[in-house]
Amino acid sequence: MRRAIVLMCLSVGLIGVSYGASAVAAGFPAWLPVVTASLVVAGSSEFLFVGIIAGGGNPFAAALAGLLVNARHVPYGLALPDVLGSGWRRVLGTHVMNDESVVMALSQPDAARQRGTYWMSGLGVLLCWPLGALLGAGAATFVHNTNAFGLDAIFPSVILALILPALKDKSTRHAALAGTAVALAVSPFTPAGLPELLALAGAAIILLRKPKQEAEAAR
Amino acid sequence: MKASEIIVVSAMLALATGTFALRWTGPALRARVVFPPRARQLLEAAAIVLLTALVAITTLTEGHSFADWPRPIGVAVGAILAWRKAPLVLVVLAAAATDAILRLAFP
Repeated sequence: MRRAIVLMCLSVGLIGVSYGASAVAAGFPAWLPVVTASLVVAGSSEFLFVGIIAGGGNPFAAALAGLLVNARHVPYGLALPDVLGSGWRRVLGTHVMNDESVVMALSQPDAARQRGTYWMSGLGVLLCWPLGALLGAGAATFVHNTNAFGLDAIFPSVILALILPALKDKSTRHAALAGTAVALAVSPFTPAGLPELLALAGAAIILLRKPKQEAEAAR
Repeated sequence: MKASEIIVVSAMLALATGTFALRWTGPALRARVVFPPRARQLLEAAAIVLLTALVAITTLTEGHSFADWPRPIGVAVGAILAWRKAPLVLVVLAAAATDAILRLAFP
């Protein structure tokens, strides 16, 4: 398990490098991705936040989109075994709740190992994610035309690789395709940041239709 | 600090505070409410929809027009490798290398 946690932290650190580099390449000061990585500690929402603002979108609309992506932490917290403790431990334990720490803790057979795994992977991410962002931001500060090194292809590739497993689910995939079609169709005419949010409206039609079909199939 | 930076930092703090509140909610509610699995699925799907749209927009567009070709081709190479279950390091390096080589070859 230790080995799995170390590997996981290294890959989180690597994503952090591409995050820091793309944020600086997009024109943000180098400290911003590092501070954001320590305070938010939720990679995909930070990519979305930075990406929307870099495209010229309203920062608060970007924060709202980020919170929507982070809404999954509510069911995570509901599914999480009793690993947090109380007092300041509970505050820190809550802060390190993320995709990795929850999945790894849930994979453990008993309460003691769940607690140990949760804290090790949670604190590992809290350390590696901002550290990676710092390295990436530092590197990009010294290299000016980052597009020439292909850095602009890294950000979408990383996100795509991370969401690919979830897209195996048919209804999620259809909703994502419908939403993406809407986003691309409106992108020439709408302010930056809005296409991603309108994608949700496009996807809602597909997502909310599903239970009715299931009910009909059950009949 | 520029005015625009203050706005970005305030929005970032709002994101950080809101995210902490979302993380706090689950354990606080656990004993009291039953969260329907359907609502959970919808939340997960909504996050994937947002991220897929973000991938498409950042890959294919630049401002209000289409991006030049090296980036979409680089991302496509990364996507194929990710689909073939290649490690993330390889996905990232292949996508960046394809993009960079195409930019070098067709300036």
